[in-house]
Amino acid sequence: MKYLIKGVSVLGRPKTDLLIRDGVIQQGDAKGAEVLDGDGLVALPGLVDLHTHLREPGREDAETVESGSRAAALGGYTAVCAMANTSPVADTAGVVEQVYRLGREAGLVDVQPIGAVTVGLAGERLAELGAMATSAAAVRVFSDDGHCVSDPKLMRRALEYVKAFDGVIAQHAEEPRLTEGAQMHEGEVATRLGLTGWPAVAEEATRARAVRLAEHVGPRLHVCHVSTAGSVEVLRHAKARGVRVTAEVTPHHLLLTDERATSYDPVFKVNPPLRTAADVSALRAALKEGVIDIVATDHAPHAVEDKECEWAYARPGMLGLETALSIALSVLGEDWDLIAERMSRAPARIAGLSGHGHDPVPGAPANLTLVDPAARRGGGPGRGAPPRPHPRPPRPAPPPPAVPSTRRSRPPAAATPPTRA
Amino acid sequence: MKHLLSAADLDAATATLVLDTAAEMAGIAGREVKKLPTLRGRTVVNLFYEDSTRTRISFEAAAKRLSADVINFSAKGSSVSKGESLKDTALTLQAMGADAVVIRHPASGAPHRLATWVEGSVLNAGDGTHEHPTQALLDAYTMRSRLGRLAGLKVAVVGDVLHSRVARSNVALLATLGAKVTLVGPPTLIPVDLQTQVSYDLDAVLPDADVVMMLRVQRERMNDSYFPSEREYARRYGLDGPRMRKLPEHAIVMHPGPMNRGMEIAPEVADSARSTIVEQVANGVSVRMAVLYLLLGGKP
Amino acid sequence: MALPEAAQSQPKTILTSTDLQRVVDRIAHQILEKTQGAADTALMGIPTRGGPLARRLADRIRTFEGVDVPVGVLDITLYRDDLRRQATRAIGPTEVPPGGIDGRRVILVDDVLFSGRTVRAALDALSDIGRPRSVQLAVLVDRGHRELPIRADYVGKNIPTALAESVRVALEEIDGVDEVKLFGGTQ
Repeated sequence: MKYLIKGVSVLGRPKTDLLIRDGVIQQGDAKGAEVLDGDGLVALPGLVDLHTHLREPGREDAETVESGSRAAALGGYTAVCAMANTSPVADTAGVVEQVYRLGREAGLVDVQPIGAVTVGLAGERLAELGAMATSAAAVRVFSDDGHCVSDPKLMRRALEYVKAFDGVIAQHAEEPRLTEGAQMHEGEVATRLGLTGWPAVAEEATRARAVRLAEHVGPRLHVCHVSTAGSVEVLRHAKARGVRVTAEVTPHHLLLTDERATSYDPVFKVNPPLRTAADVSALRAALKEGVIDIVATDHAPHAVEDKECEWAYARPGMLGLETALSIALSVLGEDWDLIAERMSRAPARIAGLSGHGHDPVPGAPANLTLVDPAARRGGGPGRGAPPRPHPRPPRPAPPPPAVPSTRRSRPPAAATPPTRA
Repeated sequence: MKHLLSAADLDAATATLVLDTAAEMAGIAGREVKKLPTLRGRTVVNLFYEDSTRTRISFEAAAKRLSADVINFSAKGSSVSKGESLKDTALTLQAMGADAVVIRHPASGAPHRLATWVEGSVLNAGDGTHEHPTQALLDAYTMRSRLGRLAGLKVAVVGDVLHSRVARSNVALLATLGAKVTLVGPPTLIPVDLQTQVSYDLDAVLPDADVVMMLRVQRERMNDSYFPSEREYARRYGLDGPRMRKLPEHAIVMHPGPMNRGMEIAPEVADSARSTIVEQVANGVSVRMAVLYLLLGGKP
Repeated sequence: MALPEAAQSQPKTILTSTDLQRVVDRIAHQILEKTQGAADTALMGIPTRGGPLARRLADRIRTFEGVDVPVGVLDITLYRDDLRRQATRAIGPTEVPPGGIDGRRVILVDDVLFSGRTVRAALDALSDIGRPRSVQLAVLVDRGHRELPIRADYVGKNIPTALAESVRVALEEIDGVDEVKLFGGTQ
């Protein structure tokens, strides 16, 4: 089976034709190939999401590996890393292999499981990290995301232990005592709304400690969903000292502020919480500069009853897979090389996904995304008027061309807040 | 006015209209027939997710004096305790034809959510640590009737402001009506970003105060290290006889109730002529009648 | 009452300032005559313009006979039967006349008698304040079109009107001028 994508611009360069055969981009005879019109489209290395919640096993009413894969494909992703906070928790080789297998069965994107750092995400003893690493899922990223490994000794051990298989600990930073009952960013808006605050220092202090620990024991550390200007400063200093730390920011933290909570609509409830305008601009600058390495969605769907309720009783989380690229474009502009770096190459490197993050040139695996920069998709609602949350992303039409491992995406150019959750 | 969700939503003209209307309603309380036909055929639901007999009875009396039908829906022993969501409860009330829902709820913002699900008016009767707008209105009414004005009054709000919906509503409303509020209490219980004056020294504030509003301090705050002990709290921030005598001659002492006598307020103070605590309860009915009339008395 | 500008013809003056004073004098005389010297009588004006009218009548009665008739104000907003048809109305003050109304003859005073619904509401409001021996009604203008079995005991001027027309009473105390005008309907 051969495909020829005609007249496409690779990363904004002059138009060219891409021949795909047997899952690899090739040169040579295009005779007999199915021709796809690439006129006006930009080819990017397929996007890689380092932070996705697929909810399966356990909460299939919120999202399944299959429905999440569809959302990912629609958003231009060719690989997603599935977080471990499922039920049961992905803390054994058995569970990560199950998720991996479900991803293969769905067959839309590569689903790479993330393993839990501690048993049951309880933060008490290490999960069998080595068994997960050597399983069929070949787990390299470990995270207790949703919970914080707050015990410094346990964090130190985890950082050390994964060095044996070049693993990386992805840390959700939240000092638990400082965030008891926390509902939103601690600040003027929270005071006005009478919602318990989630202080920035609860993130920043934990980040600082993790960075120092990583510096001390020497492995890789990945920092999940950086949300404050203070955390950016911690990262800047750590990188200047040469610590092996990478960091991600979510689309919603690049776009929205805590003012959104004024509606008390829990669609804007997320953890870490939406911060201030000053934080948003610090995060945008850090992403451009490279202090923050990647955009990761923290796509976190919930069942409708977990969002159509009182703010305090709602579960935190927003959707992101379908809107991340358009938000990144609005923040970074049409700098295709930078987009490729922040949303494909760097996340693929961090996750150790060797088949992803390669520019679509001859010789590369055909994990690529076609973007129509002029396209608008009316998926998102207008600002300030979010619709009712949906239980899960709408089922998109199957990705148009049946190219193996090739995705075509038409994201809206105008950034709209991710509102379904 | 469609809903009353937050005192911060009231502009000066609307707030004054409520107080003026309440003054007329107060006249009715002195009559032989304490009932008006105004809201005949209207249904008011009291939806209480927290026990608060005082507030519920006050709203019930107000609604009944205006001839509305009152349905009391208490969370205990109802479908709510069986896990029914607020939205499903809202749809049930909607189907019953509730013209207004008075809601008391432990979660901040619950009335705002409810207002998106029902067609009738929603009255916030206290939500979490957010607001309690009718309390602020009755407090303002009490100040105005005792002291003759609100503009320029110096009001000290003393105690656990951080967790107090009464304080939040009062700060917003009093600012709108031109009073000057000073928040007083230990720094652990005073949010710094309410954009109002703050003092940690009660004795320094008293000689210049027209109104002292004491907030209820919950004993469980002590266990969360907001202050070291009840005794230390009472000594630093409790209003006792000697402190009361530092107030100007005309100054009044308010408390939203229920009081912890001996903790934030000494019995000698609570029972003194400066105390408006009983008046506040009576004024509560007039103010709630005014609010119900203004919400329900016109074209739906 | 306001009609679109285009639909209105020139307003017609029905009572001038002098006419209005004469009419008030006459009603005061009639009250004295019909109540045998206004003994045990209280006047209650219905806001907005009934209030000043009641005070004027009391003033005239004092001048003519030296009798002090207590005056009150009766706000009827909370007793209206058309609350749901309009935006919420601000309620006005109710002032019970000195000495109360129990056992007295109460004369309700209003500017214009039209459908009779205001008077109906006033009767309800009155019964919540006390129990008068009898209730009478004095109006400056009766324009007809009654919808309830209500009639006035004292009428300043009967003005036959069309439904589309409107009668506006202006009083010095409120409007700065004394006059009654008829605003036309479509012609």
